[in-house]
Amino acid sequence: MTLHDLLLALPITFATFWTILLIVVEATAKRAQLTFSLTSIGFLILIVMMLFSNEQGYAFGEMLRLSPYSQFANFVFALSGLLVLTLSQSYLAKENIHFGEYYLIVFMATLGMMLMACAAHLVVLFIGLEIMSIALYVLAGMRRKDPRANEAAMKYFLLGAFSSGFFLYGISLIYGATGEMTLFKIGIYLQENGATSLFWIGLSLMMVGFLFKISAVPFHQWTPDVYEGAPTPSTALMSTASKAAAFTALITLALNVSSQTDKNSNWTVALSTVAVLTMVVGNIAALSQENLKRILAFSSIAHAGYMLVGIVAGNDAGYSAVLYYTLVYSLMNIGAFGVIALVEQHRKLTNASDYAGLFKEKPLLAGVMALFMLSLIGIPPFGGFIGKYKLFAAAIEAGFSWLAVVGVLASAVSAYYYLRVVIFMFMRESREENQFTDVALSPTLVLIALLVFLLGIFPTGMLRFAGEAMKFALNSFH
Amino acid sequence: MGSFLLSLTIFFPFLFGIPLLLFNREKEVIAKSYAFVISLLVLVMAVFLLLNFEPGQGIQFKHVALEAWLGEDVDVKYVVGLDGISVLLFVFSALVFAMVILGTWTSVQKNVREHLFFLLTLETCILGIFAALDLFLYYIFWEAMLIPMYFLIGMWGKANRAFAATKFFVYMLTASLIMLIGVIYIGICGADLNGGMFTTDYQKLLLLDLPFSIQAILFWFFGISFLAKAPLFPLHTWLPEVYAESPVSAVVTGVLLKMATYALMRFNVGLFPQACAYFSTLMVVLSIVSIIYGAAIASVQKEMRLVLAYSSISHLGFLTLGIFAFTEEAMQGAILQMVNHGLSTGLLFMLVGFLYERRKTDRLTDYGGLKKVMPLGAMFFTIAMLSSVGLPGLNGFVGEFLILVGAFNSPILQNGTFAVLGAIGVILSVVYMLPMFQKIFLGELTSDDNRRLSDLNLRESAVAVVFVMLIVWIGIAPNPFLKLSEKSTASMIEKVQQNSSLSVK
Repeated sequence: MTLHDLLLALPITFATFWTILLIVVEATAKRAQLTFSLTSIGFLILIVMMLFSNEQGYAFGEMLRLSPYSQFANFVFALSGLLVLTLSQSYLAKENIHFGEYYLIVFMATLGMMLMACAAHLVVLFIGLEIMSIALYVLAGMRRKDPRANEAAMKYFLLGAFSSGFFLYGISLIYGATGEMTLFKIGIYLQENGATSLFWIGLSLMMVGFLFKISAVPFHQWTPDVYEGAPTPSTALMSTASKAAAFTALITLALNVSSQTDKNSNWTVALSTVAVLTMVVGNIAALSQENLKRILAFSSIAHAGYMLVGIVAGNDAGYSAVLYYTLVYSLMNIGAFGVIALVEQHRKLTNASDYAGLFKEKPLLAGVMALFMLSLIGIPPFGGFIGKYKLFAAAIEAGFSWLAVVGVLASAVSAYYYLRVVIFMFMRESREENQFTDVALSPTLVLIALLVFLLGIFPTGMLRFAGEAMKFALNSFH
Repeated sequence: MGSFLLSLTIFFPFLFGIPLLLFNREKEVIAKSYAFVISLLVLVMAVFLLLNFEPGQGIQFKHVALEAWLGEDVDVKYVVGLDGISVLLFVFSALVFAMVILGTWTSVQKNVREHLFFLLTLETCILGIFAALDLFLYYIFWEAMLIPMYFLIGMWGKANRAFAATKFFVYMLTASLIMLIGVIYIGICGADLNGGMFTTDYQKLLLLDLPFSIQAILFWFFGISFLAKAPLFPLHTWLPEVYAESPVSAVVTGVLLKMATYALMRFNVGLFPQACAYFSTLMVVLSIVSIIYGAAIASVQKEMRLVLAYSSISHLGFLTLGIFAFTEEAMQGAILQMVNHGLSTGLLFMLVGFLYERRKTDRLTDYGGLKKVMPLGAMFFTIAMLSSVGLPGLNGFVGEFLILVGAFNSPILQNGTFAVLGAIGVILSVVYMLPMFQKIFLGELTSDDNRRLSDLNLRESAVAVVFVMLIVWIGIAPNPFLKLSEKSTASMIEKVQQNSSLSVK
């Protein structure tokens, strides 16, 4: 470990030291407000670092790889973390769980995600995954005295641990098949020697781990229960940044094994089957849900399906579309969960029908929520549209037109349940007067809404950022 | 100058609609006046563009911006411009919105500022649709339009409004998402012409010579979306509900439905001429079915708005007949008829709206003998009705006559039967229009409610007068209007006829 390594991997080093600092501060000062401020500052520094640094190369003996690719991903994580943080504070206070540890753990989860995005070695990838996952298990159970939260945490932990087991086993089999743990060396080995069935089994097991994390069908059953039971702001983190992290790592892996997967039609068939099932099951199951958090849970399953379409496409355009989508999706989903967190009020108002009359009392809040819903459907001129457009365009370009057709039909179905929320907010009268008086619109939500709108009209800059990122991801082992 | 003005005209209503949301909720009159002034300014700008339009030249006022919108490796950008096909509809849309804001002055009572905001947003989308010259840009306007429409139907409709709004939204979304696939696909095909770069530039794609098999698929990928919005039988099932629920039906007829037939002409005919020639018989048969089916159903409706809704299906059939006959007369007739139908049915919807506002009912049996208490209303209704059934001397006649003559002489249809069947539709329109007039205005004043009705006031009359003036003007002197579209249609027809000789023989 040299100074050069530390500087090259500055985002990771910084995040690690900051986490330790937060632990120390929280343990000694025990003041939630202070931890909140320090965590926010940490995220802000990370965001600035991501926007302006252009370091690239391998650090710590080919363990970490820093490039515009990890930079884009880390930007998404830090931004999501910061937004979730600002939306959490009033929610936690209301739920009476305003602990400094919460913020600290959110930051730690983000560190795990960043490790996943920077990983150049399978063990680092696994460590990142575990840091993130364990932090998320804790977040899910934050409301200790609530049985639903305990159920959520326990379910998430058991199934998550199980899937980590698969993941780890997959790593060991791949090591057995190729004799390498460093991603680009695995790539070189595969190019020179081809793949054995041992390798394919290992890869499939790793995929199980990934598909669990992105809650793709058939590994999705935990999603609605966990999302419902966990504190709403941390659900926002789970459904966005952690998925983004899994997708980022998945793309890195897919690129390094592409010499084999491109030739193997089984890989494409399996992956596109999962993508279709995920889109269809997610959207159709959401139709019959009443609880808004469960609706969004199934919707997040469906969105994982759309993103998988980009992975199936397997071209430059597809991967950069996935990257862009992670950003847009994180924003609009955090926004939607942010609104839920505001309206919930001790979880009295959890169903879509509870939003009746919101427009009359809080027009701006209802407008912001409608914007998120429309963007989740994928209607222009919002960011969700550009994301979906890019994904489907990549699929058609790669010759998967049928997958794009399934995708658009699935999103037409999705319009129905997103619009239900809008109907209740705008077109129905509330059951009681003044139901939403103590709901105060947070400026963060307005900011997110503005970003979603801008990403729909002027996506050029961010698309370029994602495209640049992909150029460097592709060069990883040349 | 002209090019920048075009973009300004398009975005003016939306940008200046946003401040409406900050207006004082109580002071509705200020919000209304403000919105009306905005829409008038848009109209003035649109008319200015029309006056500077040179009929002989192709696309004008072209404004290009946001190059490399979706990155350097794809040729997607903001391009707007007007040509002979779109200019008239562009200006007409601007007119309709001004009139609708004036016409619905008192009919909307709650959330007035939001209503006006959504109306102005819709105007931006629709103006954008008529001016967009990039398929991606077009698609954005085309789908974004669903948002204001959704709220306009859903928030200010009648009891069943939420259902109608959702049905409309999901119906249109499904159709347009299929079109999105088509846009992406043709963009990939367009790469051959564009140095290997994905392109959705309409003018570049016009040069594309796609093989027939691809044209045939893309024809339907695009067509489904347009036919559903037109709506052509059998994709018309959303329309009656939307009309029955929506307070802005006049906008729907005036401009919304025209966008679909316009798009059919611009994209399907322009980009897939060979497929158009091949499917022309099918499309014409569907048009004839729509004409007769719409008319037949209209004649048995018991509510005013539903009669007009089904009559629109019938009238829209004429437009598609005119487009797919592929003769110059028929296509010019179709363009003119788009405006005509917007004028006549738009005015009818306005008048029906005025009646509804007074009497709060749509049922024909609740009315009767209104001629005595509403002489002005009866007069305007008569003119609109006569224009709608195609009385010579009024605008409807010119359009329908051109379409039928064109269809009769059409070398592609090679058969006069379609024109004859279409003419039956004209007769049928009398069968449902006259009884409606009779039930509302003639006979005895039977109920006290009807006896107390007041005649049109100054504002309502002003709206009606503007429409009537145009109805008569186009009816007497259609030539300046036809001249606008002459050159553009001629070149389009030529392209289709060249291709049809290739494909048929």
